[in-house]
Amino acid sequence: MGNGYLFAAYAATWIIHIGYLLTIVSRYSRLKREIEELKK
Amino acid sequence: MKRAFPILGVLTAILLTYALYQALVVAPTEQTMGDVQRIFYYHVPSAWTAFFLFFINFVASIQYLARANPKTDRIASYIAVGIGVVVFAAAFFIPLPEGMRASAVGTTGLLAAGLYFLVRSLFSQTDTDVLALVTAEVGVAFCLIVLVTGPIWARPVWGIWWAPGDIRLTSTLVLWLIYVSYLVLRRFSASGQTPVLAAALAVLGALCVPFVYLSIWFFRTQHPQPVMGGSGSIDPRMMHALLINWMAFMCFAFLVCWSRYRLEKMQREVDEVQALESLKDVSRSAR
Repeated sequence: MGNGYLFAAYAATWIIHIGYLLTIVSRYSRLKREIEELKK
Repeated sequence: MKRAFPILGVLTAILLTYALYQALVVAPTEQTMGDVQRIFYYHVPSAWTAFFLFFINFVASIQYLARANPKTDRIASYIAVGIGVVVFAAAFFIPLPEGMRASAVGTTGLLAAGLYFLVRSLFSQTDTDVLALVTAEVGVAFCLIVLVTGPIWARPVWGIWWAPGDIRLTSTLVLWLIYVSYLVLRRFSASGQTPVLAAALAVLGALCVPFVYLSIWFFRTQHPQPVMGGSGSIDPRMMHALLINWMAFMCFAFLVCWSRYRLEKMQREVDEVQALESLKDVSRSAR
């Protein structure tokens, strides 16, 4: 029973971190596209 | 600097893995709560990291406001030195709550003043605005982890997900909401005054941090008493696992802040170029 909560807490922590990192990656790719358009 | 990032990334990944091993394997099982108590090794370091990031956000916001004028900049520097010295001296003369060590409080005061001057020497006034935004964003992510892991830990231990009216829990939620509103303001306000308004909001938000941290010292709460500096005691292996996890989270937070900072700087440069291009277009069409 306790292990389920433990797993849930650790999983939630990494889901939040990875989710945030993914938003940074997506913002970075959008910015790269904008830079490419400016270069044209 | 570009080469240092992947090296630090690998080192941080190793440290996070080692910290996980410490939390799940090396740290002893707590007698009353059992394995669920191991949530502590993620919950507490996330809170400390969030508080640290909010403090940097506070320092950066103060500097963004103060450095707009050389006179206020000088006054802010004197105040930073004054606060460091007064806190250091007061810690030894004012009676502190049980378990709170005067040396720890005094050193924290001096470190806070030192951090003010470190930020001042490393960042220009405009860059302090970028730093404030970045630390608020990463701090909100860490604070969200605290708010999510807390109830997951509370359910099997207290029998409830949330203790309504508990001052520690409520003030942490309010703190998170203040910084979320800070980010919403920065995201959706197009006014030129946005950085100034956001900096003022950040200064008010930062006042909430010591209240959240000290609430368990001064109020009777459902939340347990402090781990460090409190009246309770902790097994040295548990303390070791806790500090390793905190170190790992701080390194991770540093790397995330670093990449987010670079991204924000690039975004602002691109926005400037786009603004210049559109001005050129306007002047061309006017001719």
